Amino acid sequence: MPPAEHVHWLFATGFLIGGLGLLAEAIVGPEVWRRRRWRAYIWPATIFALGLLMWPVMVFFTNSAIHMLAHGSWAQVMMLAGGAHLALVHGKLKSRWWELTMPLALVVSGAAFLIHEQNGWLFARSAFVHHVCGWTLIIGAAFPLAKTIRPRYVPFNAGYALTFVVIAIVLYTARDAAPIFGHLGPGLVPHR
Amino acid sequence: MSTQIATQIPRVVERRSNRVRAVAALGPLTVIAGAVWAVLQPYRLTLLHPHGQGFWWLLVEPPLLVALVGVLFHLLVAPGLVSDLGEAKNAAR
Repeated sequence: MPPAEHVHWLFATGFLIGGLGLLAEAIVGPEVWRRRRWRAYIWPATIFALGLLMWPVMVFFTNSAIHMLAHGSWAQVMMLAGGAHLALVHGKLKSRWWELTMPLALVVSGAAFLIHEQNGWLFARSAFVHHVCGWTLIIGAAFPLAKTIRPRYVPFNAGYALTFVVIAIVLYTARDAAPIFGHLGPGLVPHR
Repeated sequence: MSTQIATQIPRVVERRSNRVRAVAALGPLTVIAGAVWAVLQPYRLTLLHPHGQGFWWLLVEPPLLVALVGVLFHLLVAPGLVSDLGEAKNAAR
């Protein structure tokens, strides 16, 4: 099994892929982005896959009931949001209000980050990363919410994309044992 | 009497729009971010000191993953997007 920090980095890569796609969509606009059908599937498929991959995380990285509940609820809402957006792109769902599944997923994911982190902000790097991710997702949920109401407003789309880019950057900084800033201490070095 | 036998074709300067430039820059900027990270924190690349490292430590190299995402975006997504932007611009004329 990979160490927990590797799981964070792999999820960061998923969010970076999705974030870059969303950023490109924000730049060119949805009409140009959807000129090639496969491009429209990148983000929903990524979020659905990340939700699916959260299940093994729930099973293999559970060290308390609250971890299991957090990861489980997280997996469910990411799959719901990804599935709803896939269905919207495919035309199976027609109402754009299904896009509200994304702000829901972000709020639940943010809450999951915050609830399953038992330590305070300044306890260690991993605690700090979880708090930053949690609040970024909860605040960032305003962007997909606003985007549902004004889908073509570029700042909302850009903010939505950058939320995931920020999450990716923060997740890449996750370490299992490290001070908040700086290098691992000499007594904590299984790997550099 | 004109002695010129060939007329000059006016040079068409294709000005790249800001959107095209932004889309084309996303991949390279991501690769640069990964490279800069690798230089600033070489200890995050376990491939540079592989002795005694396990499978996951050798497989998951965060700065390389960032660069890889940039390369994939630049090769797979950006060219089609730039071309589609041009087509959309032409169709709008």
